[in-house]
Amino acid sequence: MNVYGIKAIYLFEMARTWRTLMQSIASPVLSTSLYFIVFGSAIGSRMAQIDGVSYGAFIVPGLIMLSLLTESISNASFGIYMPKFTGTIYEILSAPISAIETVIGYVGAAATKSVIIGTIILVTARLFVDFSIQHPVWMIAFLVLTSVTFSLFGFIIGVWADSFQKLQVIPLMIVTPLAFLGGSFYSISMLPPFWQKVALLNPVVYLVSGFRWSFYGVADVDVGISLGMTFAFMLICLAAIWWIFRTGYKIKA
Amino acid sequence: MKPLDHTRIQQASGAPDPIISVSGLSKTYASGFQALRNVDLEIRRGEIFALLGPNGAGKTTLISIICGIVNPSTGTVTADGHDIIRDYRPARTKIGLVPQELTTDAFESVWATVNFSRGLFGKPANPAYIERILKDLSLWEKKDAKIMALSGGMKRRVMIAKALSHEPKILFLDEPTAGVDVELRRDMWAMVRGLRESGVTIILTTHYIEEAEEMADRIGVINKGEIILVENKHVLMQKLGKKQLTLHLQSPLEALPAALQSEHLQLSTDGAELIYTFDTQSEETGIATLLRRLNEHGIDFKDLHTSESSLEDIFVSLVRGRS
Repeated sequence: MNVYGIKAIYLFEMARTWRTLMQSIASPVLSTSLYFIVFGSAIGSRMAQIDGVSYGAFIVPGLIMLSLLTESISNASFGIYMPKFTGTIYEILSAPISAIETVIGYVGAAATKSVIIGTIILVTARLFVDFSIQHPVWMIAFLVLTSVTFSLFGFIIGVWADSFQKLQVIPLMIVTPLAFLGGSFYSISMLPPFWQKVALLNPVVYLVSGFRWSFYGVADVDVGISLGMTFAFMLICLAAIWWIFRTGYKIKA
Repeated sequence: MKPLDHTRIQQASGAPDPIISVSGLSKTYASGFQALRNVDLEIRRGEIFALLGPNGAGKTTLISIICGIVNPSTGTVTADGHDIIRDYRPARTKIGLVPQELTTDAFESVWATVNFSRGLFGKPANPAYIERILKDLSLWEKKDAKIMALSGGMKRRVMIAKALSHEPKILFLDEPTAGVDVELRRDMWAMVRGLRESGVTIILTTHYIEEAEEMADRIGVINKGEIILVENKHVLMQKLGKKQLTLHLQSPLEALPAALQSEHLQLSTDGAELIYTFDTQSEETGIATLLRRLNEHGIDFKDLHTSESSLEDIFVSLVRGRS
C-alpha cells in the first residue's frame, strides 16, 4: 500500500482547492444563499408547509444535495481531467501506485471538498431559516456517501472527457436537470401520479428523500431504499472505474 | 521457453546482471501502427546507454512501456529483477523518468511539485534530500516560484528534479537536450556523469549524435521499431567508422585522370581537393599506393589531413542500409 502516494495526490488536490478558494467554496455558498433568500425567505414565507415542515426549512436538504452533486462531479472530473490535458498524468502512470490508491487520492480530496461545502451551506442556511436535524448521524452518513459516490461519478466523467466541452456537458445537461427534478424544491407526492412514477427513475430523488428524512423524519421513499439506491449507484461507479483501469481506457495506450 | 531465451541472451551480451532486461517486446497501437517489433535489449548496471534513432523509430514507446505509461502488446520487461507488470511497485520505485515534453503543473511551486513526486513514488518526505537536488540543478533560488513563471530551461530542470526526487536507480532521459541551450546542456551532461558515479544507470534517447558520442558507454540504434544493433561506443566507431584522407592540391584539377578513377577517390566540386576514403579495419589502407600513383600522374599536393567519420555518418549509413 503506497500511503505516501495517496497522501501526495490528496494533498495536491486539496492544495488546488485552497488555491481556488473563491471559485471552489465561496461561489457555491453564495449561490445557495441566493436560493435561500429567494425561495426560503421571500417566496417561502407565502408557501404552505410541506409534510409539516415550513417551506424554507423543507428546501435545505435539497439545496445541500444540489451543491454536493454538482460540486463533487465538477471537482473530481476536473481533478483527473487536468493531468490528462496537460500531460502530467505520465507521472501518476509511472508511479508505483495502484488504481485503487489513485482513486482514493483523487476521489477522497473531491469528496472532502464537497463535505466542507455541504457543511458551510448547512451553517449558512441556519442564518436564514430555522430547522433541526432529527438524525444527525444519518445526516452525516448521507452527506459523506453522496459526496463519495458523485466524486466517483465525476472521476469517470473526467476520464471520459477529452475536451473541456465534454467535461461540462454531463453535469450541465444531465445532472442539473435530474437534481432540479429530483425533489429538491418540492415533495414528489405533489406531482400527478404518472409523474411520480417517472420521478422514481431519477436517482437523485432517493438521495434528496433520504437526506431530508435525516433532517425531519419525513421522506418520499423509504429511507432504506434511499440508502440502497445510493450504494447501488456507488457500486456501478466503482465497477466502471475498475473497468477503466483494467483496460486503460482513455488513460493508457 | 522464456527463461531459456533469457539465459541465451545473457550469455550473448556477456552481462550477467542486467539492470533492465527487455525480451520479445512488441507494441501495436490501437491505430494499427506497429511501434516496436520483437525488441530484445539489456541495459547493464551503472552504464550510460544511448538509444539512438530517427523520429518515430520507437524510442519513446520503448521507454514508455518500461516506465508503465504504455501497455506492451507482447513481451516482458524486468527492471532490477522485477517484472514491470506483475511486480510493478518495486520495479517502478527504481525508475525515474524525464519525458520529452515539458509537462508540468502551472500553479504549483517548484518545492511543492518535487515533494509531490517523492510522495507519489512512495517515499517519506526528506526535505534535506530535495534541497540538495534543487541546489545541484540550480533551482534552489526558484523553489518558491510557480512553475508557470519559469523559463523552458528551468522547467526542464524541474522535471529532472521530479524524476530524481525518489532516489531512483535507473534514470530515463527522453530527448533531454531537445530545445535546450548550450549552458543547460553542459550542466545536464555534468549531472548525468555525476549520477553515474553515484551508481545510477542512465538511459537516454537522443537525436543529437554528438550527445551519444560524448556521453554514452554503449549505443543502441533503433529504427522502425527494431533494434538494429547494440554496441560499445568505441567498438561501434571502430567497426563501422571510415577514415578519409583529404589532399589539398597545388593546382585544381578539371577531372580525375581515368587511370585514377575509383569508388574510393573523389574530386571535390571546385577541383582543389581529393578525398580518399578507406576502411580503418583493413590491413592495407592503400594510401602508399595512392600517393605513388598521384606522383606518377604529376599531381602535387600542398597539404593533407585525415579524419574519422562521426557517429552521425555511421548512424545515417546504418539507417539507410536498413530501410
